[in-house]
Amino acid sequence: MERVPVLKIGDILLVSIQIDMEDQVALQLQEDLAERIVATGCHGVIIDISTLDIVDSFVGRTLATIASVSRVLDAETVVVGMRPAVAITLVELGLSLPGIRTALNVELGIEMLARSRAETEVELDDEDDADQAAVTTS
Amino acid sequence: MNQESRLIPVATDQDVVRVRQLVRTVAVEAKLSLVDQTKLVTAASELARNTLVYGGGGTVEVGRVRSEIRAGIRIVFADQGPGIADLDLALTDGYTTGGGLGLGLSGARRLVDEFAIDTAPGKGTTITITKWCR
Amino acid sequence: MPLSPDEAGRFADLLEKQADGLVARWAELVGGSLLGRMSRPELERQTRDLQKSFQQALASGARDLTDAEAGELRAQLGELSSNRARQGFSANETAVSVFALKQAVIELLGDTADAQALRGYVAFSAFVDGAALFTFDSYVRVREALIADQAEQLLELSTPVVKLWEGVVAVPLVGTLDSARAQVVMERLLQTLVETGSPHAIIDITGVPAVDTQVAQHILKTVVAARLMGADCIISGIRPQIAQTIVALGIEFGDIATKSSLADALRYVLGKNSYKVVGANRTER
Repeated sequence: MERVPVLKIGDILLVSIQIDMEDQVALQLQEDLAERIVATGCHGVIIDISTLDIVDSFVGRTLATIASVSRVLDAETVVVGMRPAVAITLVELGLSLPGIRTALNVELGIEMLARSRAETEVELDDEDDADQAAVTTS
Repeated sequence: MNQESRLIPVATDQDVVRVRQLVRTVAVEAKLSLVDQTKLVTAASELARNTLVYGGGGTVEVGRVRSEIRAGIRIVFADQGPGIADLDLALTDGYTTGGGLGLGLSGARRLVDEFAIDTAPGKGTTITITKWCR
Repeated sequence: MPLSPDEAGRFADLLEKQADGLVARWAELVGGSLLGRMSRPELERQTRDLQKSFQQALASGARDLTDAEAGELRAQLGELSSNRARQGFSANETAVSVFALKQAVIELLGDTADAQALRGYVAFSAFVDGAALFTFDSYVRVREALIADQAEQLLELSTPVVKLWEGVVAVPLVGTLDSARAQVVMERLLQTLVETGSPHAIIDITGVPAVDTQVAQHILKTVVAARLMGADCIISGIRPQIAQTIVALGIEFGDIATKSSLADALRYVLGKNSYKVVGANRTER
């Protein structure tokens, strides 16, 4: 059985699905990703589906599960590169992929993750400043 | 079917992939638009998975059809499984007995031009879909 | 009444022996109706080709236009109709090119014709009628294809997708939107989003006089599809009547942003962008 490779780039796990996945392969990817998130401590997952010529309800559901599981493990998932024909078909199929964040390409996906990361880090910085301020005044 | 068609047995996950690939090839040959190709392959994927999961395996037959005024592709999914007792319910968005999203049947019906289903409890299920070239 | 093999042979002979005179008279008859819109040599060449095909078909024993022996003739007639259709001749003018053969032949038979020859001529005449009907049919088919092509070109022309700003594309829709056109627009817009990597799209419907349920559905589906791909759509330029229709039809626009004008929509997008994309804004300052 083929396996979809998971690459680690900085704080992000990048998955580029290049094959017509059997259902088993999709489920395996779901497991692999959860393990890699825990093992690497990454906070972002980008799944590139730009080479997929169809997304059916099974793959759609797998993507949604991956996003939910990642969120529980404190990692944000962005699905990128969905083709127009695939998007039109999903709308017709009635699959709206709720809970999944999407971006047009990998670059925009990385930006999106960086932004949501920045928002949480700003709070951290604030806390640091407060600590430092406390130290200097004492 | 008045033109040659190809039959694929569906018994494993891998067969579902083969069905997708065959349908894609035939759709390209029939010069379906990209969006229509995608819709047809997606519908085939949903129904072939149903044949496997709910029907316990079966066959998929893919062929070109030609009517008086247009050409198209017809796909027949057949299994000898338990059949569907309540068809209306099975065709409702979100209804599932197999832990899926419940979009397989109802969604596939929206993706094609013609959708016919022949089933009875204990008699298996045969679904015929047709997509016409625009 | 189909041609008997005997009669077919006789007419094939006649067409061959009297070829020059026949072609000249035939071309002259056709020329009268085509009114100098085609050069004489061109017309004569075409007529001679036709005469050869008719002669060959009859000589090889074709009794009807649908016979295998008449294949060459059918191809010739098909090409003639296709050319005439493209050059803008009417269906009538095209069919006359074939019908004139009957006139030319009866003139050749002249007064010498006896009852048997006349019977043969009637059968031959039916054969030519078949050929003329065939041209008519091919002519219509070619014209239909031409019209379909033009409709498609028109569709392409009437749905431009333009880049308004870095990361913002717009489709200004003008004219009646039917289902087919709405679909083309939808695909075009989504494709452009991918090609330009623009996360924002504005669909401006200022120039659309009316919206029915189906078209509204198409617009809604486009917005949802764009969202699935990771882009945001705004609809601008909704006229008062259209707003009334949308509400009356019970169509839910839900949380889709709508703005009264394209300018408003652009301002809205840029405002949202500068808020979000801090880096890009800094470099602009």
